[in-house]
Amino acid sequence: MIFPLVFCNGRLFSVKSFCTFVYSITNRINGMSSKSIVSITDYSKDQILSILDSAATFEANPNQTILNGKVAATLFFEPSTRTRLSFETAVNRLGGRVIGFSDASTSSSVKGETLNDTIKMVSNYADIIIMRHHLEGAARYASEVTSVPIINAGDGSNQHPSQTILDLYSIRKTQGRLDNIKIAMVGDLKYGRTVHSLLIALTHFSPQFYFIAPDELRMPEEYKIICDEKGIPYEERTEFDTDVINEVDILYMTRVQKERFTDQMEYEKVKNVYTLRNKMLEHSRNNLRILHPLPRVNEIDMDVDANPKAYYFEQARNGLYARQAMICNALGLI
Amino acid sequence: MENNEKELQVKALKNGTVIDHIPSDILFKVVSLLQLESVKNQITIGNNLTSKRMGKKGIIKISDRYYEEEEISRIALIAPNAKINIIRNFEVIEKKVLSLPDNFTGIVKCPNPKCITNNEPMKTKFEVIKKNPVVLRCPYCEREIQQEDIQLL
Repeated sequence: MIFPLVFCNGRLFSVKSFCTFVYSITNRINGMSSKSIVSITDYSKDQILSILDSAATFEANPNQTILNGKVAATLFFEPSTRTRLSFETAVNRLGGRVIGFSDASTSSSVKGETLNDTIKMVSNYADIIIMRHHLEGAARYASEVTSVPIINAGDGSNQHPSQTILDLYSIRKTQGRLDNIKIAMVGDLKYGRTVHSLLIALTHFSPQFYFIAPDELRMPEEYKIICDEKGIPYEERTEFDTDVINEVDILYMTRVQKERFTDQMEYEKVKNVYTLRNKMLEHSRNNLRILHPLPRVNEIDMDVDANPKAYYFEQARNGLYARQAMICNALGLI
Repeated sequence: MENNEKELQVKALKNGTVIDHIPSDILFKVVSLLQLESVKNQITIGNNLTSKRMGKKGIIKISDRYYEEEEISRIALIAPNAKINIIRNFEVIEKKVLSLPDNFTGIVKCPNPKCITNNEPMKTKFEVIKKNPVVLRCPYCEREIQQEDIQLL
């Protein structure tokens, strides 16, 4: 059997590898080079829309071979089963292979290896690095010490851009649009990085916000200033009641964590106030959907799960398509 | 009498750099920022001097030493209103206005203990968001740092 070979640029290629080579050159010429995604602000509005379009094509056809021959490293210095499984499924369903660790105790960081060294070492093996780290800024630093694209899967309480992309995807999918959405963010708005990143991303799309939180966990001033500067209307409330629920398109619930309160009496007072129950949805809009980054504890009663407006489990599934799109974008493949 | 004494102090420097109008409470931070403890030249440091504009002020005079723009502009991080006078032969030949660059590396520590820069052997970096009063932003943990919270390395 004769295999056709191609000689180009001083190298001998099989037809298949030649096509891959031409494809990578074409991508470079077209400006689709690989790049790291550390923060949602690394994407422009157009890039966000393009990622969401790609995610929709992956949802229509989640099993592909676009990552054939690629190796993705998932470096989870801090455990996060849900996020890691979602990223690893995304790679596997596109034909790529996964290496990595799910806990820093199984990596050399316990021996005192610096992040710089771990990233440089892994860069020898992988085409893309997906990392979660308990330290803020770890992914930005990693992206500076390697030419391999980095996807930030969470750095402390700082950034988690794939959560934001899947939130936006879920909003667009359920509402048919991203523009002019009325959204209530409920719960821990002070420390919750998902609500902060989602707020920043939504500022491209003329939203109307309701911030519903106990006084201790109010939306930080800096985010309200961003809204003011962009002329985005928002209303702050401490009561979580049907007045707002009946008004909005999206109810974005977050967990109110006990450890966030200096005064535990305060926690006991508010813990049930920010719980959504099915009867509260009686007069809500037909298009209302309830989102939650999960895991949920007691902020959404189990009786809401059967309501067709409960969307949090589908939202998690959308994470798979969002991550497939982000990985392919970071590799310059789409 | 007071005026004469003040005049005498300023004129005592024949050649060198005078950093004037330093807020008294951060005078020694400026000393540390310029690493004056390891400078061998004659240095005069005055603090809690009477100032019409500031009430009390600090002043540093370094003999026979002239600073590069980049070195001296660091002072603007903690004392953006300080004045720099270049002295030659007892005369002020140049008054420099402090101006921070848009970005800089090192000098300042990120106050966030969970920032990667406080846990990895690496240099800090900052973006200057506002110049007076100074507001910095760490591009790693993305926190903003107000002038009063600036800690020098």
